[in-house]
Amino acid sequence: MIDIKTIKEAEVLTMNVVGDVDASSSIELDTALQAAIESKEEKILVDCTNLNYISSAGLGVFMSYIQDIKANDIKMVICGLNEKVFNVFEILGLHQLLTIKTTKEEAKSHLGEV
Amino acid sequence: MKYKRKVPCTKEQLKEIRGFVNSSLGQHGLSDVDISAMVLAIDEVCANLIIHSHHCNPKEFIEVIINIVPHEGVEFMIVDEGVGFDINQYDEPNIDDLIRTKRKGGIGLILVKKIMDDIDFIKKNSKNTCRLYKKIDIS
Repeated sequence: MIDIKTIKEAEVLTMNVVGDVDASSSIELDTALQAAIESKEEKILVDCTNLNYISSAGLGVFMSYIQDIKANDIKMVICGLNEKVFNVFEILGLHQLLTIKTTKEEAKSHLGEV
Repeated sequence: MKYKRKVPCTKEQLKEIRGFVNSSLGQHGLSDVDISAMVLAIDEVCANLIIHSHHCNPKEFIEVIINIVPHEGVEFMIVDEGVGFDINQYDEPNIDDLIRTKRKGGIGLILVKKIMDDIDFIKKNSKNTCRLYKKIDIS
């Protein structure tokens, strides 16, 4: 259902999220994000190029870390959302609360890595 | 045109339900974004029932019925037996409060209300029906 691969390149922790994030699989996204935040990563790039679907369970995971990200001065960027997935963020207005970039290059540039 | 699917109450069945709604609506000339929004709304209602009303018990079932009304819209009925959950009685949480309290749940039904035009809950004997209606030009 979901496959998350985490790679550390230079100062950026990149999480490649593949598959569907729904009520049965959101726990894996939660675990991966929590680990990244607890290990004091300063720059997190969530690459959703191969994310096919997200439900409220997945959105809830991103929302629940907004405060921790601010409090710990972490830069987190989400990129590669397809039109259908972006629409879900947009319905709730989360595209204004999270940093979302269209491409991985833009995301890296935002993190000061290009 | 009517489509029906009955599944056991496990979270793993959500993908099956999404596939069923996606392929049923896919035959009626709708855009991918419109279809995916409706798939999401049905996924949210079913996830809520499976987890909170049926506690993921595979011996219990929910049924999803899709009724296409050409040029008018789509009627979805999600039928189960048991305690029942009336979405209309549910107070929508405030997004800012959810962020502040770091709560992960509570936004699914906000999405359902934003996507669908009409939501009814009907309880008859032991059967509960959550009826969702989306006005949309459909073939």
